[in-house]
Amino acid sequence: MSESIDRPRDLDGLEPKSGTPISTSSEWTFELIQKYDEAIAECAAEFGLDTYPNQIEVITAEQMMDAYSSVGMPVGYNHWSFGKQFLQTSQGYQRGQMGLAYEIVINSNPCIAYLMEENTLPMQALVVAHASYGHNSFFKGNYLFRTWTDANAIIDYLVFARNYVSECEERYGIDAVEEILDSCHALMNYGVDRYKRPSPISAEEEIQRQTEREEYQQRRINDLWRTIPKPEEDDPVKRKPRFPSEPQENLLYFIEKNAPLLETWQRELVRIVRKLAQYFYPQRQTQVMNEGWASFWHYTLLHRLYEKGLVNDGFMLEFLQSHTSVVYQPPFNSPWYSGINPYTLGFSIYTDLRRMCENPTDEDREWFPEIAGTDWLETLHFAMRNFKDESFILQYLSPKIMRDLKLFAIEDDDNQNHYTVTAIHDEAGYRTLREKLAAQYNLSYREPNIQVWNVDVRGDRSLTLRHIPTDHIPLGKETDEVLKHVHRLWGFDVFLETVDNGKVQNTHRCPPPTVVDD
Amino acid sequence: MGMTHIVDRRLNGKNKSAVNRERFLRRYRHHIKKAVSEAVQRRSITDVERGEKVSIPSKDIQEPIFRHGAGGRRDAVHPGNQEWVAGDTIAKPEGGAGQGQGQGQASPDGEGMDEFVFQITQEEFLEFLFDDLELPNLARKKLKDTEAFSFVRAGFTSQGVPAKLDVVRSLRGAHARRLGLSGARKRKIRELEAQLQALQTAPDDLDPAFSHEDQIKALIDEIAELKANVRRIPFIDEIDLRYRQHQKQPKPATSAVMFCLMDVSGSMTQMHKDIAKRFFILLYMFLKKNYKKIDVVFIRHHTSAKEVTEEEFFYSRETGGTIVSSALRLMRKIIEARYSPAEWNIYAAQASDGDNWNDDSPTCGKLLAEGILPQVQYYSYIEITPLDHQTLWYEYEKLMAEHPQSFAMQQIADTADIYPVFRKLFERKAA
Repeated sequence: MSESIDRPRDLDGLEPKSGTPISTSSEWTFELIQKYDEAIAECAAEFGLDTYPNQIEVITAEQMMDAYSSVGMPVGYNHWSFGKQFLQTSQGYQRGQMGLAYEIVINSNPCIAYLMEENTLPMQALVVAHASYGHNSFFKGNYLFRTWTDANAIIDYLVFARNYVSECEERYGIDAVEEILDSCHALMNYGVDRYKRPSPISAEEEIQRQTEREEYQQRRINDLWRTIPKPEEDDPVKRKPRFPSEPQENLLYFIEKNAPLLETWQRELVRIVRKLAQYFYPQRQTQVMNEGWASFWHYTLLHRLYEKGLVNDGFMLEFLQSHTSVVYQPPFNSPWYSGINPYTLGFSIYTDLRRMCENPTDEDREWFPEIAGTDWLETLHFAMRNFKDESFILQYLSPKIMRDLKLFAIEDDDNQNHYTVTAIHDEAGYRTLREKLAAQYNLSYREPNIQVWNVDVRGDRSLTLRHIPTDHIPLGKETDEVLKHVHRLWGFDVFLETVDNGKVQNTHRCPPPTVVDD
Repeated sequence: MGMTHIVDRRLNGKNKSAVNRERFLRRYRHHIKKAVSEAVQRRSITDVERGEKVSIPSKDIQEPIFRHGAGGRRDAVHPGNQEWVAGDTIAKPEGGAGQGQGQGQASPDGEGMDEFVFQITQEEFLEFLFDDLELPNLARKKLKDTEAFSFVRAGFTSQGVPAKLDVVRSLRGAHARRLGLSGARKRKIRELEAQLQALQTAPDDLDPAFSHEDQIKALIDEIAELKANVRRIPFIDEIDLRYRQHQKQPKPATSAVMFCLMDVSGSMTQMHKDIAKRFFILLYMFLKKNYKKIDVVFIRHHTSAKEVTEEEFFYSRETGGTIVSSALRLMRKIIEARYSPAEWNIYAAQASDGDNWNDDSPTCGKLLAEGILPQVQYYSYIEITPLDHQTLWYEYEKLMAEHPQSFAMQQIADTADIYPVFRKLFERKAA
């Protein structure tokens, strides 16, 4: 167990009440899971956790590998990349290099949680508390999920998508479909409108609207690419207006609506990948919050069971062992270090929030005057609902956690031949450290900022994308490969300009210029 | 709350990923084929029948996305500070890839992460091994020349011999017919009986003019007649009878016999035999993919031929000269005695270092052309020698020109040639 993790309550300090334990063996049965679920649900209600109805599915290790490889989608269309994922998972598992997750949980209504049959009973209880009450209440409460996903519709939509893709495969061939999906997957992270609230997805409507869309779209695109000249009123000297008039961050949406050569079914495939990107978008931005929340609640709920005397010491010891390994944060110089463990960070913040409410110190009163000494449940729920990782950390990361985790920030500048420690866990560094850690969870910091800049509507129909680098960080080696995919979808030349300091610094081009002509 | 459903999904299919896995293999079939053919070279001869580890360079299966490259200025926050304070500098490691993305994880067991490694099953291994190969003249034997027939059930018929009468089926038909013919009458009988009952229990009118007597009598008569009608329906009738029908179907020959002929004279070293054995094993596995049952006949020869066990075939050594025709004669005799070409698909593979007594080679050519090639599906000859050809080769070349369908020959110089030569011999011919 990491020293840095502060447990909200100590096992020794608790007096188990008189209740009889639900079970004393570690073998699970369906009845026992049911009983634990009921007991946990009761505790969850005491803490005001608002959840979708639960569906708990017990599966085998093989099925867990299946679930893994379809990125947790219970129903997925067929694609080689999922096969690759599956081979990777099963290979790793068979060689004992990796364990499988104890659970997978789906943001749907009812909320589906998969439990592995290999788990012991305390593990099953942990997973039920973690997934079916922790994650579930997060899905239902957090603003990003409320805005971007529709838990009621996702399963139907996935079924629609799978059927549509396999229909296309029958009609146009596996290879043709695979090509388009490959290209869409390459741009999946650029398939989301970050600032516009999207309409929720629903399968029924989708099918209904899809036919209308087919006809309408073709007409619209023809219109955009109309070649009949307009009445001559343009001043040829005047700068041509750009299309789109504002840069567009949602590349897949732009392609779906404007790519000149795509067939209607291809546009529909672009749309499907785009909708899935939208579904996963909140998860990518709330990993710390979501896992932290679920970990906080499995911890709190199972302790509550212990307080009520519904579980015994043996159960708690096994549970705590799993819990500590889940929230273990190896230090930066450990061979097991692979970045900050989101479980640890999230769990620490929620736990510390509760501590600040219940036992505030002078430091807390100074740093968090609006939190110290308030009702902890209300504070935690507010924090869960209204933030994403970046803002959550910026808002709630306390000096105590920075000290506990011994956080430090280093700067790596390619102009320097050394790293510089810019802040550590001390009075002078808290604010900088917090800002820098929060920034790491900003999606636009993690991924290059690339937007649609212009289409040469009157000329060669080429598409120009613009990359605005942060801190002069260039694009990676795969850029040209991705551009090939953009080119496949767009159908005409594609340019990608890196614009730094207001000047175009570098241009990628697909297809690459064969002859040097400037 | 408390609306939790607990579902046991364990019995649902586990192979949800099978299609995706197959898609992956399909996409990278070139890589896999290469790995498979390399594996065949490498493996010992007894162990060709298992799966194989395939590794593909990671960059070939990468799914590219826009990422940050190395360079620029970036911040990173890490846990576990021990000694540093703000402003400290830390020398960058040599070759300074720097913090990069934090993505480049080292593999704990030393297996390179730039290779994507996975396992294919034995079945898939064979699939890739024999991909694009076909057994020559397989189709011919399948239907046209077959002399074996089998009788298969072909439903029921209303005519036939008593021996083939299907009692259950016939009685079922009879029962249905009886129900069909008597149903309406029986219903009528029940109605009439109800009326009769009503009349009989009702107090009779005192006035004879209104008496029920007549009605009752009429009802009784009608019922009696209906009952007689029903009784006259026969329990079983000619039209109920059903006979089992059988159809004669040509039976495709699903068994094959493979003749392995090998020269064991003094000039054949263990290395030669080893190459021959690998070749025979490939052929055996390939046949096994296509036929249910396979017999293997081993004939070895020096100046005289002998049918032997596998063990003897590969490992005992003889000395002396070489008369190839002795083996061919023996093969013909065995075919006549045990493997009628009507029922067996006959394949033969002959391995030799090319040595033969000069005046025997024309005899071999004649024996093959007249006695053997007409009977076999395919006869393949491999000459294991890095040296120049000898008379047998030239004699066989003539055969190849005359029987391009059923005869083929190739030269093997060393182990690396085995699989390519095998492929060449059994390549799918463009239609």
